[in-house]
Amino acid sequence: MPQASMAGKGKISKRKCNEWFWGLGLVAPTIIGLIILNIIPIIQTFYMSFFKSGDFGKGNIFVGLDNYKKMFADTQVWSAVANTIKYTLIVVPVTIVLAMLLAVILNNKIKGRGIFRTIYFIPMVAAPAAVTMVWRWLYNSKFGLINYVLNKLGIASVNWTDDPNVAIYAIAIIAIWSTVGYSMVLLLAGLQEIPRDFYEAANIDGASLFKQFRKITLPLVSPTLFFVMVTSIIQAMQVFDVIYMMIDVTSPAYDKTVSLVYLFYNNSFKYSNKGYGSAIVMLLLAIIMVITVIQMKVQKKWVKYM
Amino acid sequence: MNRKKSISKLLIYIILILGAAIMILPLLWMVLTSFKTVTESTSMNPFIFFPNAWKIDNYITVLKQNNFQRLYFNTFAMMVLRVLCSVSFSAMAAYAFARLAFPGKNLLFGLVMFQMMVPAQIFIIPQYLMVDKLGMRNTIFALVFPGLVSAFGTFLLRQFFMGLPKELEEAARLDGCNIGQIFLKVMLPLTKSGLVSLGIFTALFAFKDLMWPTIVNTRADAATLSSALAKIQSGYSVNYPQLMAAAVLAIWPMLLIYIIFQKQFIEGIATSGSKL
Repeated sequence: MPQASMAGKGKISKRKCNEWFWGLGLVAPTIIGLIILNIIPIIQTFYMSFFKSGDFGKGNIFVGLDNYKKMFADTQVWSAVANTIKYTLIVVPVTIVLAMLLAVILNNKIKGRGIFRTIYFIPMVAAPAAVTMVWRWLYNSKFGLINYVLNKLGIASVNWTDDPNVAIYAIAIIAIWSTVGYSMVLLLAGLQEIPRDFYEAANIDGASLFKQFRKITLPLVSPTLFFVMVTSIIQAMQVFDVIYMMIDVTSPAYDKTVSLVYLFYNNSFKYSNKGYGSAIVMLLLAIIMVITVIQMKVQKKWVKYM
Repeated sequence: MNRKKSISKLLIYIILILGAAIMILPLLWMVLTSFKTVTESTSMNPFIFFPNAWKIDNYITVLKQNNFQRLYFNTFAMMVLRVLCSVSFSAMAAYAFARLAFPGKNLLFGLVMFQMMVPAQIFIIPQYLMVDKLGMRNTIFALVFPGLVSAFGTFLLRQFFMGLPKELEEAARLDGCNIGQIFLKVMLPLTKSGLVSLGIFTALFAFKDLMWPTIVNTRADAATLSSALAKIQSGYSVNYPQLMAAAVLAIWPMLLIYIIFQKQFIEGIATSGSKL
C-alpha cells in the first residue's frame, strides 16, 4: 500500500511487515513445492542430457553434446517429431470444429440439452487406459465391431492397429472421441456469455445464420477459442497414454505412431538411458516453446478481447 | 419457412443423437463384451450384440487374479490426498498473490507461470530419482508426490480471488480480523466454486494419469487402476471379455461420481476455462 505509507510511519511499517509475513507464509508451501518438484528437476533434466546413464543406473558418464548429436542423427526421433506433429494437426482442428459445432447447436433452446451435454462429456471421465482397451477391441481386425459394420456396408476390413499408414488415424479417432466433450463444455461456456440482443439485432437486420456466426459468434468467443486451442495443442504434443496402450514397441506400426513422449518414456524407463531420454524431452520443450510463441504472436491478429 | 425450420430442427436432433450414440457405444460395447464368453465375443456369423446369458464369470476371474480392493484403495487415496494438498496449498498461495504485497511477489508468481508453460515430462526423471532415493517407491506417497502442489491451481484460484470486491477485506480488517482470519473466514468461503472446480480437475487428472504410476509403482499391489489396466492388458491380451471386465471395474467409480455430480463437473470445467 504505497499511498498509505505517507501517514504515521511506525504504524504502517508494522502493518506492512505483518502483510509480508502472511504473504510469504502463505506462498511458502507452494513455492517450496514448486522448487523441489519442478524447478530443480528442470535443471537436473537439462544437466542429465549431457550424460550417458551407466549400466543399471550407476556411474553416469559426461558425454557433452553426444546425446544431442545422437538425437539429431536418430531417424526414430525425427519420425517421432513428425508423428507428434501429424497427430496434433489431425486431432486439434477436428476436435475444435466438432466441439464448436456441438456448442453452437447446444447454445440454442434444445430439448434434452443438459442430457446431451452430459453424454458428450462422459468419455472425458473414463481413464485412457480403459478407453484404449475398448477401442482396441472395436478396432480388432477379425472380431471388431467397426470392421463388422464396414463389411456389412461392403467395405473391406481395415487393419486399424497394425497397418502403419492407418494406426495414427485410429489413435487420433480415440483422442478426438475422448476430448471433444471437454472442448465443447469450455466453448459452450464462452458462447453463453455473448449477449442475446446481439443476435436479435442481427436478425432484424436480416443477417444470415452463417453471417451471424462469422460476425458475432466467432469474434466474441475468440478468447475462449484461443484458450481451447492453446491447451489442446499442448496436450496433443504430449500424447502418450493412447499410443502406449495401443502400440507395442514390437508393432509394425510403431515407427509411424511413436510420439516424442512415448519415445522419451521408452528410452528413459524401458531402456534406462535417462540421459538420452532427457535430451529428447528437451527437444519437446523447445518445440512446444516455439509453437506457443507463434500462437501468442498470431493471437493478436484474430483474438478479440472485450 | 416453417417447414424449413422444422427440417433444420430435425437435422439438428439427428446430429445430436448420432453424436451421443458414438459417445456411448464404445462404453456400452465394453459392458456388453464383459458379460460374454470368448466364443460369443468372437462370433461373427451370427453376430451377437447382447450376451446370450449375462455371466459374471469374467468379473470373478479378473477379481480373483487382481487385487482390485487394493487398486481402489490406492487410486482413491492418491486422489484424495492430491486434492487436499493441492487445493489447500493453492488457495493459500493464490490469496497471497491476489491480495497481499510482499517482497519477491512478481518473481515468485513468474515461477508459477513458468511451471505451467513447461511440459510435465521434463520433471519426471528427477522426480522418479527423488522418490527412489527416499526409498519410497511403491507407496501411496510416491503416487501423491508430483501433485503435492499445483501451479495451475494457484493460477486458477488467484483469478477467483481477484474477482472478489476489496471492500470485504477492509470491513473485516476494521472488525479486527488478522490476515489469516480474513483469508479463512471471509475470502475462502467466497471462492467455493473455484475450490470445487480445482478439486474436480485434480481428482480427474490424478485418476486418469498413466505414466507416473506406471513408472514409480511397479509392484502390482501398489498400482493404480490405470496403471494396473496397462499391465492386465499385456497379461491376457487375447481374452477380450476379461479385459473388458477389468476396464469396467476400473472406470465405474469415476463414472458414478460423474453421473451424481455432473452439474458440478461440467460447471467446474466451464468456470476453469472462463477464468484462465
